[in-house]
Amino acid sequence: MSSKLKSKPEFADRTWRYFVISVPYVWLLVFFFIPFLFVFKISFSDPIIAQPPFTPLFDWSKDSFDVFLGTLDNYRFLTEDNLYWLSYLKSARVAAISTLLCLLLGYPMAYGIARAESTIRNLLLLLVILPFWTSFLLRVYAWMGMLSTHGVINNVLMWIGLIDQPLKLLYTDFAVYMGIVYTYLPFMILPLYANLERLDLSLHEAAADLGARPFQVFRDVTIPMSLPGIIAGCLLVFIPALGEYVIPALLGGVDSLMIGRTLYNEFFLNRDWPLASAVATVLLFILVIPMMIFQKYQVTTSDGPE
Amino acid sequence: MKKHSVFLLSVMAFGYAFLYLPIVMLIVYSFNDSRISSVWNGFSLRWYEALFNSEQIIDAGLLSLRIAAISATLATIFGTLAGLALTHMGSFRGRLLFTGLIAAPLVMPEVITGLSLLLVFVSSEQLIGWPENRGTVTIIIAHITFSMAFVAVVVQSRLSSMDKSLEEAAMDLGGRPFRVAYDITLPLIAPAMLSGWLLAFTLSIDDLVIASFVSGPGSSTLPMVVYSKVRLGVTPDINALATIIICVVGLGVVVAGVIMRRQEKLRLSEARMSG
Repeated sequence: MSSKLKSKPEFADRTWRYFVISVPYVWLLVFFFIPFLFVFKISFSDPIIAQPPFTPLFDWSKDSFDVFLGTLDNYRFLTEDNLYWLSYLKSARVAAISTLLCLLLGYPMAYGIARAESTIRNLLLLLVILPFWTSFLLRVYAWMGMLSTHGVINNVLMWIGLIDQPLKLLYTDFAVYMGIVYTYLPFMILPLYANLERLDLSLHEAAADLGARPFQVFRDVTIPMSLPGIIAGCLLVFIPALGEYVIPALLGGVDSLMIGRTLYNEFFLNRDWPLASAVATVLLFILVIPMMIFQKYQVTTSDGPE
Repeated sequence: MKKHSVFLLSVMAFGYAFLYLPIVMLIVYSFNDSRISSVWNGFSLRWYEALFNSEQIIDAGLLSLRIAAISATLATIFGTLAGLALTHMGSFRGRLLFTGLIAAPLVMPEVITGLSLLLVFVSSEQLIGWPENRGTVTIIIAHITFSMAFVAVVVQSRLSSMDKSLEEAAMDLGGRPFRVAYDITLPLIAPAMLSGWLLAFTLSIDDLVIASFVSGPGSSTLPMVVYSKVRLGVTPDINALATIIICVVGLGVVVAGVIMRRQEKLRLSEARMSG
């Protein structure tokens, strides 16, 4: 083939390659990456009563240095008012406890599914995924009916005579835990299952042959080998739960201010966009490390055995 | 191997009861005649009637379906390209940032995504005059952005687990990369693209927080209407809506399962015939 003929398809190949990479890349840069720079920038501006309610992005009337810097008032306010510290701490605690509960329930379930007969394994897995395909909002809403004063749980407890007065379950932290564990459980089970299903059972047999008791096998062989699945599942629950808005807003009490709800209120009720941006920036900095760990496991699991 | 332990079986029974009891109760109470949902007053379809007579819910439902169909389709195209870029294009400049941009939307708290997109839309309106109004278009852009990452992950896992020999053979025979992608790769990853599309559709039709940030007056999606109704307590017509959604999803999953099983059988018998 002469070089003249060959150069044309090569140009087409390069264009195709360029197209495949740049279309999704540019989209994500413009609508996912650059927006964070705007959040960061606006977190340094002043709230004003106008549309939009913050001082212009670049105020050219000031001298050159101030044009880009703006004010640190929002961050100062975050450290001075206890509300924000308490919201961050509360979110971290609620997310951590919910993640642990998800793991305690999800691990045995994933283990049971992975060890089930192959005929019913797919059905069991499907039953875990199925609620995920129905509406998230409606699944949270379902717990409002379960937990209310005359709801299912109180009725059952009164019927078996455990309590004579209905308990206050809805609008408490308990309700928030239930909501998070309920909606995020599939995200814990799926990576754990993917990991446990591939485990080499011969190691278990070897450990058992050498006289290890079932619990020892589980503790010393199964758990360490499924650590990547545990970490992926925990991060998949912990990170979104930390910024969760809907669950604390519908199921939590007035005082259960998680940071997602605080941000939402700051934005929609107080219309203080710069302060909301500062809250988001701090939350993002808190999440950077867990997200980087998640990405590492995402890459290692998706590359898989080549 | 020995039988399952009692502990394991009871945890699984508890787990599945935990997953399904709230859904079953929701369905049961959607047929309850009483306004207070905890008291059973007899069978009734009045909440379904109320639901179908609510113009607000019907309009919001149609808007949500439209947004979900458009954003899922575009997210599938972009997400498939992203999956191809990560598996078939070797190394390129900025690959590390790219993988980060694909992984981050999977876990990013919705309040942050919503706030950041809104600030971009507002600022770009100030700077270049676009978008003039927030509404359907801005919601579609937001939904494409977070759901394309999910599609990319689904497609990528299919691409990296599949047999490369067909593509290599086509390349060896002089196929150009685009033709090979179109004639060989695309049919092979079509099932993954379909599940990616369904996932993107579900994520879009389900999204409350991001849509609340980026929508404008007059464009309320179904979750926004539902949320405004339930934030003050249990409303029976929402039970009816939930029941309909659960039935549609359940039916869809059963149909998909039957089709997949039939295809599997067909493939097996074909393999037996040819082998």
